[in-house]
Amino acid sequence: MTPGLLYALTGIALFALGLAGVILLRQTLRRILAFNLMGSGAFLVLVGLAQRGGVVDPVPQAMVLTGIVVAVASTALALALARRLAEDGHEDG
Amino acid sequence: MADTFLDPLPWLIILPLAWASLAFLVGEGRGGRLAVAGLAVQLALALILAVQVMAQGARVHAVGGWGASLGIDLLADGLSVAMLLLTQAVALPLAVYARAYFSEVAQTTFWPLAGFLLAALNALFLSADLFNLYVTLELLSLAAVGLVAMSGKPAQVDAALRYLLVSLTASGAYLMGVALIYGAYGTVSLAGLAPLVGADPPLITQLAAGLMLAGLLAKTALFPFHFWLPAAHGGAPAPVSALLSALVVKATFYMVLRLALGPFAALADDAAPLLGALGAAAILWGSWRALTTHHIKMLVAWSTVAQLGYLFLLFPLLEPGGAALRAGVMQAFAHGLAKAAMFAAAGVLMLSTGRDTLEGLAGVAGRVPVTLFAFALAGVTLMGLPPSGGFLAKWLLIEAALEQGQWGWVVVVIGGGLLAAAYVFKVLRQAFLLAPASAHFHRVPRAMEWSAFLLAAASVLIGLRATEGVALLGVEFGP
Repeated sequence: MTPGLLYALTGIALFALGLAGVILLRQTLRRILAFNLMGSGAFLVLVGLAQRGGVVDPVPQAMVLTGIVVAVASTALALALARRLAEDGHEDG
Repeated sequence: MADTFLDPLPWLIILPLAWASLAFLVGEGRGGRLAVAGLAVQLALALILAVQVMAQGARVHAVGGWGASLGIDLLADGLSVAMLLLTQAVALPLAVYARAYFSEVAQTTFWPLAGFLLAALNALFLSADLFNLYVTLELLSLAAVGLVAMSGKPAQVDAALRYLLVSLTASGAYLMGVALIYGAYGTVSLAGLAPLVGADPPLITQLAAGLMLAGLLAKTALFPFHFWLPAAHGGAPAPVSALLSALVVKATFYMVLRLALGPFAALADDAAPLLGALGAAAILWGSWRALTTHHIKMLVAWSTVAQLGYLFLLFPLLEPGGAALRAGVMQAFAHGLAKAAMFAAAGVLMLSTGRDTLEGLAGVAGRVPVTLFAFALAGVTLMGLPPSGGFLAKWLLIEAALEQGQWGWVVVVIGGGLLAAAYVFKVLRQAFLLAPASAHFHRVPRAMEWSAFLLAAASVLIGLRATEGVALLGVEFGP
């Protein structure tokens, strides 16, 4: 098993865990964390699968960097909304 | 150099970003005039682009001179230009409407968010690769969620958070699909993938396509993923609901269509019966809920769930050069314009009566006749009566179904039209009742009434400009 494949398989496991978390958990904060887990899984697959013959491919790295920016922005928005709800006394977890 | 600078392609993305940022700088609640001016230029640019593409064929623009794979390519072909035209044509009257609406109702960040939303939409329709589609889709969702939460009311923030979590999960699934595709083929370019995937794709491609499709369907709010839509669309301020229902859900439909026509053509046949069945279920369930709700904007939002179903009926009937693709795009146009008109009209009715229930509508016929006429015209399009765009879309669908001997879809199309008639007439009937003595009506700015009317009239008249549309759609990107 190459390191790349190992990364990819770990990524798939993380993605599955995160997906289950977003769907099954009820608390908003945990669901936001679970979404981040999904994202990290996808990034690992992206970087891991693209490593062929030990040569590093720059394109997926650029994609992952972009993806991380998107994930940070989304998480910030989700947290801001969750906080707003909590302040209004609608906190569910 | 001058040619690159004057190319309308990048300007369709830069302009909304520019006026959105300026609107943010000039402060809360301002920037509407700027937005209307910017949108007028954008509509002109989209028209210029349509003429150019019809004359010279599809073309690619490398952003900043950096081509793929590390740079970003923008691609304009018939389908993407058609969607660009729809976006600007819906957004311009809505901006006029929103200026008047937000002079009545306090708002904070509508213009910046609307600008970012439109920039993301335009960029999405011009994307030439799977990853750029992902990024633009996320930008679109973030702006849309911001718009839903804008009013700050707990119910709206709750709906926005729910929408955001569905949206993030869905795009996570899509991103995983993109990662698997890149791992398998080493490219995410739509044009580059099509020959690589071939006629008999391996399991990893099927898995990737399945993940991407599931994510996109959840974002399109196709039955049974529609659960987040009525709360998010029905509760938001009227101009926001109109933008979301008319345009935002079309973006993910466009992506499904793009993928089914391009890289995943071989798999599209397998998914088609399922997509058609879900579309049929959406039409029946959405129409039924629209018929049984008591809130006017919820009625319009459930009607969106139903009308989205029609878009997915095209997949079982999709064949190269067939009527189904034209039907789908015509339905996207007709529903986009009609639903924007309907939400705009619903906003006027609610401002006028000060209530959001159907019962409260009694007597509005005499107070805001132009708006009620706009609502009825938009209803004509949703029902599919001639000569509206909705009629043409349903006619083309029926034609395609009959050609291929798939009778079942004909029943769904006609049944959905009858249900639409039922819920539209429910509103009209109530509006023509006599107002109770206690009723109190507010004055509504005329710009709101007439912009709703303009959108509704466009949704009916679009059926008469179908020839140009067909010619535009015929422009495909070829190597």
